Amino acid sequence: MVKIMEKTEIAPNVHSCTVEAPDIARKALPGQFVIIIPDQYSERTPMTIADWDVKKGTVTFIFLEIGASTQKLAELKQGDDLYSFTGPLGKPMEIKKFGTVALIGGCYGIGGIYPIARALKQAGNKIICFSEARAKFLLYWNDKLEEVSDEVRYSTVDNSIGFKGHAYDDIEENLKAGKKFDRIIAIGCTFMMYRVSEASRPFGIKTIVSMNTVMIDGTGMCGACRLVVGGKTKFACVDGPHFEGHKIDWDIILSRRKAYLKEEIISQER
Amino acid sequence: MREQPPGERIKNYDEVPYGYSPEEAVIEAERCLQCKNPKCIEGCPVEIDIKGFIEFIAEKKFKEGVTLLKEKNILPAICGRVCPQEEQCEIKCIVSIKNEPVAIGRLERFLADWERENEEIEIPSIPKYTGKKVAIVGAGPAGITAAADLIRLGHKVDIFEALHQPGGVLVYGIPEFRLPKAIVFKEIDFLKQMGVRLFTDSVIGMIKSVDELLNEYDAVFLGTGAGLPWFLEIPGENLNGIYSANEYLTRANLMKAYLFPKYKTPIIRGKRVATVGGGNIAMDCARTALRLGAEKSIIVYRRSRTEMPARDEEIHHAEEEGIIFKFLSNPAAFHGDKNNWVKEVECVQMKLGEPDDSGRRRPVPIPDANFRMPVDVVIIAIGNSPNPLVPSTTPDIQTGKWGNIITDPKTGKTSKPGVFAGGDVATGAATVISAMGAGKIAARGIHEYLVNET
Repeated sequence: MVKIMEKTEIAPNVHSCTVEAPDIARKALPGQFVIIIPDQYSERTPMTIADWDVKKGTVTFIFLEIGASTQKLAELKQGDDLYSFTGPLGKPMEIKKFGTVALIGGCYGIGGIYPIARALKQAGNKIICFSEARAKFLLYWNDKLEEVSDEVRYSTVDNSIGFKGHAYDDIEENLKAGKKFDRIIAIGCTFMMYRVSEASRPFGIKTIVSMNTVMIDGTGMCGACRLVVGGKTKFACVDGPHFEGHKIDWDIILSRRKAYLKEEIISQER
Repeated sequence: MREQPPGERIKNYDEVPYGYSPEEAVIEAERCLQCKNPKCIEGCPVEIDIKGFIEFIAEKKFKEGVTLLKEKNILPAICGRVCPQEEQCEIKCIVSIKNEPVAIGRLERFLADWERENEEIEIPSIPKYTGKKVAIVGAGPAGITAAADLIRLGHKVDIFEALHQPGGVLVYGIPEFRLPKAIVFKEIDFLKQMGVRLFTDSVIGMIKSVDELLNEYDAVFLGTGAGLPWFLEIPGENLNGIYSANEYLTRANLMKAYLFPKYKTPIIRGKRVATVGGGNIAMDCARTALRLGAEKSIIVYRRSRTEMPARDEEIHHAEEEGIIFKFLSNPAAFHGDKNNWVKEVECVQMKLGEPDDSGRRRPVPIPDANFRMPVDVVIIAIGNSPNPLVPSTTPDIQTGKWGNIITDPKTGKTSKPGVFAGGDVATGAATVISAMGAGKIAARGIHEYLVNET
């Protein structure tokens, strides 16, 4: 069990949650994830680590209320205990000097790209973050991103701030206009990561995505998170979560993500 | 032994055999000839005094029987249920020459259940602390057996478990109707009462490396168990509705998907479920599918019944429950509907050829004899590799061709000083009892190492 030190709704339906987990804070690296079980009935739910503080011994993650287990998590308050909290899991993101790096974040991935941007900035890269949401009031951590970036570009579907449309459209326009990136990193919903990969494919820029396939144990045992990369079966929990977007078989992933839609509705009835 | 009738039990998740009453146990125990030179004990990987505990049962001295049993086996309620006694102790029983062998496993289970149901479980005395500390990685059968033996030798023992519950395959893999989880947790509680400390949610290799453990502990035992499942690598295998056995069983058992939606982890409840494979795990999957409401639960196996590696008792239970066996059938492809859900499995019809390296007759395809079966869920139960997390984060530990940790079979020693291993991570997928045997061997190896080399 770990204690919730702070929990804030940072945008409608989007929460940041900080828990006391000193051992995980000491080991966490950019791009890794944790697995959370809010109460004994909930699913094992993977969450990208968005921040950590070694001195305070805390770990922070961002989550959206989208299913029964994340609803349960949203009901918990500061001072409550999480039933289970395991990490850090997965291989960390490769951090070195590439040159100019574009980081695209949507949904929970805005928090997900933050520690990666911070580490890449420290490694001497020029950082351009693309933060996207449907509307301005759904964006979060703008100040934190701006602090670690040379430029933060916003895109909103309703045109309330920044580029009108999606971040994948924005980066595609940038690429077509001749803007040079040495590496592209995208974290967020599957469709967004797919579209970013397709946008950068013609330009041959290495594009790393953080795969959020369904996981159960998350420790290299059950095989639920399998995906096909470069024609080979890989497992997001131990081989990933980061893979080259241009090598992923996206059709399989996009259809496998819909496998439990019916059950998800049933499990939310109370 | 009395059992739940097949028609009843496929509608629930309760244990199938009821267990002996004291009267039944005494009658069975009286069948033992009390041989001067008992062969059964030679067959037991953990050297239980079988003759001795059976004599106590025959004399109705159940408490003395339990004490004797637990001298060698700290987890009798589990072993009595899942050990393959028919290949170990019972096969050696002299009575079996003319009659059914003495039901050693059932008597073992009887004593363990009797103790649990009838009185406070007695905690054995622990010798004076030796000053040595051992870290056990993985709270599965290998790890808990090693822990039990080491704490009784006076060492301090901490267990690190990756999942949120201890038990390993006993909890995530073996279904409730074969091994009730309450029994596993009770046996692990017994370890804790003896002084073993258990840390769940602790993935060694990630939160702490093996080298970091060696800074805090005098020795480390790796019992990290099974790893990633093997797939058939045939077309259509990533369609929706196709599970690995590990995923299917973990959802059903550890995450309690059979109680969905009270428990929130879903599982697809197929009407026509095909399980590919012929081992105990395949039987567990097919029988779980029935209990989750399958109208037809089909085992698809490429050889014949004779070559099936599953225990006879498991095959027998599966047959009684109405599992359909498609022998000599090897999947070649899965076909899906327009929404990418599996709807058919295409199989190659096989025949048996010459024996292969394993001594079993090799299945050979019959040309142009492919056939298709309608299915809505498929479970691939053809085995798995050892867990990759510790080997991949411990570069100086020597591993074999399958990523298994190489050990000395007599001591459990690995190539890394102070580090021992046993169970599936060393041997590849095997049985609970062989993992427990390996835990016992390693405990002895660790004890010698602690006494002589630290």
